[in-house]
Amino acid sequence: MSGGTLSWSSFTARFPWWAGSVTTVAILGAFTIYSIFIVFFQPVGEYGGYLLSPMYSPPVPSPIDWLSPAIFVLWIPLGFRLTCYYYRKAYYRAFLWDPPNCSSKAQQREPRSPENYSGERNLWVFNNVHRYFLYGSIIVVAFLLYETIRAFFPDGFGITIGSLLFLLNVVLLSGYTFGCHSMRHLAGGRVDCYSCVRGGNLRRKSFQWVSVLNGRHMFWAWVSLFSVWGADVYVRLLMAGVITDLRLV
Amino acid sequence: MSEQDAQQKDMASKAHADVHQDESDAAQGTTRLKIFRGDAEGGSEVEYEIPNIEGMVVLDAVLYIQAHQAGDLAVRWNCKAAHCGSCSAEINGKPKLLCKTRVEEYEGQEIRVHPMRAFPVIKDLVSDVKWNYEVARSTIPFQSDEQAPFIMYEEDVERLYEPKKCIECFMCQDVCHVLRTHHKHPEFAGPRFFVRNQWLEMHPKDTQSRLEYLKEGQGGIGYCNITKCCTEVCPVNIKITDNSIIPLKERVADEYYDPAKWLMRKIRGRRSPKTGAVVGRNGNRNGG
Amino acid sequence: MESNGQTNGHRDRHEVREHDILIVGAGGAGLRAAIAAAERGLSVGVVTKSLIGKAHTVMAEGGVAASMGNVDADDGWQTHFMDTMKSGKFLNNWQMVEIFAKEAPERVYELEQWGALFNRTEEGKISQRPFGGHTYRRLCHVGDRTGLEMIRTLQEKTLATDTTVYMETTVTRLFKNDEGQVVGALAYTRESGRFIHFKAKAVVMATGGWGRNYKVTSNSWEGTGDGAVLAYDVGAELVDMEMVQFHPTGMVWPPGVRGLLVTEGVRGEGGILRNSEGERYMENYDSEKMELSTRDVVARANYTEVTEGRGSPHGGVYLDITHLGYNGIMKKLPVMYEQFKNLADIDISKEPMEVFPTIHYVMGGIKVDPETCVTNVPGLFAAGECAGGLHGANRLGGNSLSDLLVFGRRAGEGAAEYAKSNGYSTEIDDSQLETEKQRVLEPLERQDGENPYELQQQVQEAMMEHANLMRNEESLKEGLEKILAIKERVPNVKAHGSTLFNPGWHAAQDVRYLTQISEIILRTALERKERRGAQWHLDYDGPSDELGKINFIVKKDEQGEIGIERREIPPMAEHLSRLFDEGDDKHGGEQQGKESQF
Ligand SMILES: Cc1cc2nc3c(=O)[nH]c(=O)nc-3n(C[C@H](O)[C@H](O)[C@H](O)COP(=O)(O)OP(=O)(O)OC[C@H]3O[C@@H](n4cnc5c(N)ncnc54)[C@H](O)[C@@H]3O)c2cc1C
Ligand code: SF4
Ligand code: SF4
Ligand code: FES
Ligand code: FES
Repeated sequence: MSGGTLSWSSFTARFPWWAGSVTTVAILGAFTIYSIFIVFFQPVGEYGGYLLSPMYSPPVPSPIDWLSPAIFVLWIPLGFRLTCYYYRKAYYRAFLWDPPNCSSKAQQREPRSPENYSGERNLWVFNNVHRYFLYGSIIVVAFLLYETIRAFFPDGFGITIGSLLFLLNVVLLSGYTFGCHSMRHLAGGRVDCYSCVRGGNLRRKSFQWVSVLNGRHMFWAWVSLFSVWGADVYVRLLMAGVITDLRLV
Repeated sequence: MSEQDAQQKDMASKAHADVHQDESDAAQGTTRLKIFRGDAEGGSEVEYEIPNIEGMVVLDAVLYIQAHQAGDLAVRWNCKAAHCGSCSAEINGKPKLLCKTRVEEYEGQEIRVHPMRAFPVIKDLVSDVKWNYEVARSTIPFQSDEQAPFIMYEEDVERLYEPKKCIECFMCQDVCHVLRTHHKHPEFAGPRFFVRNQWLEMHPKDTQSRLEYLKEGQGGIGYCNITKCCTEVCPVNIKITDNSIIPLKERVADEYYDPAKWLMRKIRGRRSPKTGAVVGRNGNRNGG
Repeated sequence: MESNGQTNGHRDRHEVREHDILIVGAGGAGLRAAIAAAERGLSVGVVTKSLIGKAHTVMAEGGVAASMGNVDADDGWQTHFMDTMKSGKFLNNWQMVEIFAKEAPERVYELEQWGALFNRTEEGKISQRPFGGHTYRRLCHVGDRTGLEMIRTLQEKTLATDTTVYMETTVTRLFKNDEGQVVGALAYTRESGRFIHFKAKAVVMATGGWGRNYKVTSNSWEGTGDGAVLAYDVGAELVDMEMVQFHPTGMVWPPGVRGLLVTEGVRGEGGILRNSEGERYMENYDSEKMELSTRDVVARANYTEVTEGRGSPHGGVYLDITHLGYNGIMKKLPVMYEQFKNLADIDISKEPMEVFPTIHYVMGGIKVDPETCVTNVPGLFAAGECAGGLHGANRLGGNSLSDLLVFGRRAGEGAAEYAKSNGYSTEIDDSQLETEKQRVLEPLERQDGENPYELQQQVQEAMMEHANLMRNEESLKEGLEKILAIKERVPNVKAHGSTLFNPGWHAAQDVRYLTQISEIILRTALERKERRGAQWHLDYDGPSDELGKINFIVKKDEQGEIGIERREIPPMAEHLSRLFDEGDDKHGGEQQGKESQF
């Protein structure tokens, strides 16, 4: 275990100090461009009546023709990620260079002067709404769960690559959503004395479960991003007829 | 005196004398270190060369130099065992405990030792950390209206052991960009003190609220943008950002940024997080 | 910042600070005293050589002993009293021990009231662990960082009062007024070398021990015995100075960490000692208490095993805690795990540790009154490790931390009462001040001289060789000669550089303390011609009945030399002596078994 992390850190130490920032910018940038592109220029990602791309769930009918229904849904997961404590760290570091990383060399390059730095006090104070995005996201995850069940019924029960992909996606998204820091606070973080409140033991247990997920929040954040992305791409490839959804059972 | 006694006596004087031999035996080759020498007015790196001792930490090297080559080389240390947090300095630009950092970690690299840079330099490896103790004084201390002995269960306090491990090395303060780059010292308490405020806030028997201090007062938690440099350097592995700062930010959000919570407080009155009972509205949690 | 003359010239300038009470030392004892005095509304100044929170107290690991009986309901102050007296071989000041055993639980609960957090029992009380020589499970602890918890709590409590803390400031002399009362001190700040004259109605010494007299030690650079020597210089009596505790288990490898403490908590949690032949040898030394025998016994056992050739490759014995498993260790002894992992590349959940005795604690110290901690010099108080009398010939693990609390508080209150009821002058003669400043600066001004680090090392080596845990007359005498020779050279030390944070200059001050204390240790050790507790005199077969009734009291005589007085221990009060069973030997008999053979 520790040997592994050691060599990983010595591995990453070989990269220049800006390498982390550039990677994050590249991935997050690509994802943003991709989502804007599909929302405005692509049809709803749905295939065969049983695979609805996670970017379109829950399916809200759009009142305006040219506007994709995704607009009415996507703001929740996007807002959730935008205000997520982990992604905040990632983009403050990567996009704003506040700071780019922790070495003294990198910190000397912070673009903001002390007078202009206000952390999360001014503009970024809106990140405190994160918990509301969490509430929204829990609902979204519930719909995704429903969509995943549907994905197992292409025509009667069946298992396809698509349904497995959807299952994986919902698991990873749940890991991300239920490992959220606001969730942790809600579950039991805000209670100071479990033995003094009603249902304290349950709250303590849920706090511990959430804490386990939360311990690897960064991991869940990335893998769930890729799984959503992957599921949408998969559905689009099916729609375009490039591949077919291989049926296993 | 019996023969056995005589033997004992003989050995008594020998056993501890062996120690010195170990040291010279173990010496093979030399190590070079560059150490900042200077004071508030400025200074520069000076290179020293010392004999290798097996398993040596950087502090051993610095103390060797002090004893044999530069008697006035200033460095802080006490325990030599990573318990006291005195020997913080920057090695190759990263804050480290000198007594915990082995020289062999840097094989094939330069070793450049500097004082912590977020604080004014006094001399050589010693910087002026007084400011931290002023922040300590500004923190609202523990207060309980119950009389000890307390009945507290392990499950209620297990979260508090982690922040309590802090050895006050102030390396997290050193590496925090809010302090190092943006010099927000007067309005920002820094990670070490968020750690302390966290256990105070979560202590089952404490009756004070520190949320106002954290948001409006000298705490200045809003300046922290959770970029985790503090967590990366903590020598006792406190997950400062995840387990101290973010939980406090969530509590501050409860109090100041959550309209639903605000409404609920208006309707149902303030509730104690200890007992769920309604308490006074002045922000203090007593009276329940 | 004002510019502090860095070379000469500034001698005529010094700051004056006035407090009702000056406390020298910010370990557990000093801080507890400060809180007690500040709570009585007095102005308090605390002086410490390091930053606040870095004194030895922070390194204490195992726990604080108090007989609350949370785990073993049978425990009570009486048993704690008896354990402490037995371990101290009845040299202890029994009045102190009584007060101590009775008040310890209350003092620990007080810490809890101030926010300290100890491990809990199932019932939600403070948990207690077993330790060597304690009949019951008695040590309140939090993992293996009890001292950290304690000093943090006291430090935060102190900072919440009006107490002024002078960090990194070193006291070099105590001043008396014309009536012979201690009324202040001279100190210099390490940062700049600026002098401060403290005026105070009472001074409390809480400067800790002098483990730095020895080469292999668990103590930091601070443990040079300043307090005892400063008190001795103004005429205070010292007691039991021959008694120096070796902790049975210090690290042996790598060389840089030799002497670092391995907490007794390891044995408390069931750690087993074995020699290189795999034998659990404590069987031969104390078959009843085994690893949890008192420190003097276990230290000698470890020492004997190694000297008789049954040691490990690096010259230690094996201490094995692997049976707790990784999780158990991380819960009970996480600091030890990290320490070995980091510094010695050893995973103690898989391999045994190598350990050997290391200097750890001094039982002797400034003689004080049990009630108020006042010394024989009016205006001078002492508490903590630098005070003597509580522990007798051998300290029990965990008794030091409670000592700090119980007598720290008493010293603070005693000093406060004294300061309130005395309206004399704190003025002193300017010449006293000037002479002292001159003396302190001399090492810097001298053209040429001895390297203080080298002298320090020579003292440490001499003490290690001659005043070890096994002693004999010949070797002690040889040691004394060496120390006296070094003492001659002390006035000639030379420090290079300026007064600005200059460790060489600081070390030049410390060697004086080290040589003075070493001489006292050797002289009193030569006097105690018996085997008792930490004084294991090989020329004698066992304890002497006669010496068991005597404390050696050291005081500066008219010629300025070390005067040693044999002082009879007053007979124990009826209600206390009754506690010991008929059969119990009240005069320090040693355990049976191999122990009594040498
Ligand atoms: C590694 C280790 C582990 C231990 N574990 C335990 C344990 O588990 N249980 C237990 O009961 N005991 C333990 N002890 C013993 C106990 O910690 C000490 O005996 C105790 O902390 C001493 O406290 P003190 O307040 O008397 O002095 P210290 O804590 O030593 O403090 C001395 C203070 O005096 C100051 N000072 C000294 N000289 C001067 C001067 N000239 N001018 C100004 N200031 C000065 C120092 O700066 C310091 O602040 C342990 C000790 C060590 C070293
Ligand atoms: S997480 Fe916050 S406190 Fe920690 S280093 Fe970053 S800005 Fe500073
Ligand atoms: S939180 Fe960690 S890094 Fe910060 S002062 Fe405490 S021990 Fe040091
Ligand atoms: S903190 Fe990342 S989702 Fe809430
Ligand atoms: S000397 Fe104590 S932490 Fe390094």
